Amino acid sequence: MPHSLRETIAAFRRAPLLVMLSAMAIGLSLFVAGLFGLTAHNLQRALVRIEERVEVVAYLKDSVAQSDVEAARARLRALPEVAAVQYVSKDDALAAAMRDLPDFQDVFRDLDSNPLPASLEVRLRPGFRTSAGVEAVAQRLRAYAFVDDVRFGREWVDKIVSIRRIIAAGVSIIGGAFAAVAAIVIATAVRIAVSARREEISIMRLVGATAGFIQRPFLLEGLITGLLGGGIAAGLTYAAYRIIDQSLYRLEWLPSWWMVAGIAVGAAFGFLSSAVAVRRHLRAV
Amino acid sequence: MIKLNNVSKVYPRSGPALKDVSLHLEKGEFAFLTGHSGAGKSTILRLIQMAERPTSGEVLVSGYSSTRIKAREIPLLRRKLGVIFQDFRLLRDRTVEENVAFALEVTGAKRSAISPRVGRLLAHVGLAPKARALPDELSGGERQRVAVARALVNNPLVLLADEPTGNLDEAATYGIFELFQEINAMGMSVLMATHDMSLLRAYPHYRVIEMAQGSVTNDSAAQLEEHRG
Ligand SMILES: Nc1ncnc2c1ncn2[C@@H]1O[C@H](COP(=O)(O)OP(=O)(O)O)[C@@H](O)[C@H]1O
Ligand SMILES: [Mg+2]
Repeated sequence: MPHSLRETIAAFRRAPLLVMLSAMAIGLSLFVAGLFGLTAHNLQRALVRIEERVEVVAYLKDSVAQSDVEAARARLRALPEVAAVQYVSKDDALAAAMRDLPDFQDVFRDLDSNPLPASLEVRLRPGFRTSAGVEAVAQRLRAYAFVDDVRFGREWVDKIVSIRRIIAAGVSIIGGAFAAVAAIVIATAVRIAVSARREEISIMRLVGATAGFIQRPFLLEGLITGLLGGGIAAGLTYAAYRIIDQSLYRLEWLPSWWMVAGIAVGAAFGFLSSAVAVRRHLRAV
Repeated sequence: MIKLNNVSKVYPRSGPALKDVSLHLEKGEFAFLTGHSGAGKSTILRLIQMAERPTSGEVLVSGYSSTRIKAREIPLLRRKLGVIFQDFRLLRDRTVEENVAFALEVTGAKRSAISPRVGRLLAHVGLAPKARALPDELSGGERQRVAVARALVNNPLVLLADEPTGNLDEAATYGIFELFQEINAMGMSVLMATHDMSLLRAYPHYRVIEMAQGSVTNDSAAQLEEHRG
């Protein structure tokens, strides 16, 4: 398409600032999405690590007989949900507490008797690390007479899920606002480009250029602007990743197909915004 | 070739512009369309280009009907029409040859075919030496010649001219008119809207369609037929 390409280059030359503004607006809205992607991706990874540690802990009564505990361990291990069952004796618990809480070592040492209960720590197989899986195992454990109390970390697994939802909502709002601004800037760019070429367009119509031919340079311009915006977003997201990774928190970079998808979304957005705007503004020429 | 059957046109704001107009322009025919400003001449030319649709009645142009033509067919119809205006409508930032080539480029003509064709047409209208000039460097008559070359570039069936000599002095007016006669002699129809009475008097044997307030008040071709009948 030599004509459209020539016209598009001419349009970029005519109003480079406007093109950059459109590209920046698309870039910023996709950058917000990129930040969310980065957060969600790393949160997801953290979540998987946490899920690996999802376990159900049954605190045992002091009166329990060692043989009952062994029998229970064997039966629990046979369950499909269960990966491993670890017995932590009262002494083990005290040792772990003294190790984890060094400030309280003296307190523990001064105690007449060990206040910490023995426990069974049940780790789940990957497919069962869900609220339902955890609940099912907890139910089993509660059935034993020697089990005093059952604890599991479902609450804060749920909390992470809800944190992710809040971030997603925030991003939808901020990203949506930027996308709206981007669409408005693009529409303005198209309006200015159409009015700069008003005479040309009316002559094109006069001599029998098709609507598609007249629109093509504008659509190409939108597409290229969108690609630029996608590139800007990828660059900003990467910069944010490097800054956070080196100063605040170790992050993992996004899979490369996310980048490709993001730039494609930018291009599609630029193209569609132009298509809508150009149809509207050409009608007025 | 061009036929208007009981065409009326009402503009939403300014009211009726054409009232029950019927006329027929045959292949190869030359006709003046005349009448005071506001009589409806330009409206008829716009209806023929299908830039406007009639409020009632039908406009037929080279097999296309205003009642049935699809939006995507209109560009194809326009390639069969050469249109010229009083204000030339040239692109000021393009040279003479680029202005003429533009009409070919935007209809998707092959690049190799464009330049020889543009050269031939500019020679035909007597502007070959000014091919590289910009419109602002030309006289009014020369600019109108560029517009004529552009109108002819797609080999149209008919030339529609809306007050083509309105901005020209007498010498340029006759120059352009002689160009029209040549074009007509090659077999192209010409429909020329004008209110230049001296021009009509100078060429009294051409058909004249007179309009007033949106109606055809006199058509010399129809009179001729009555005489024959
Ligand atoms: N685009 C338009 N919108 C509204 N009214 C119009 C438009 N074009 C022409 N008219 C009206 O239609 C009538 C005929 O105009 P026109 O065809 O331009 O006459 P002429 O070319 O003979 O001077 C006039 O009253 C004019 O005001
Ligand atoms: Mg007029």
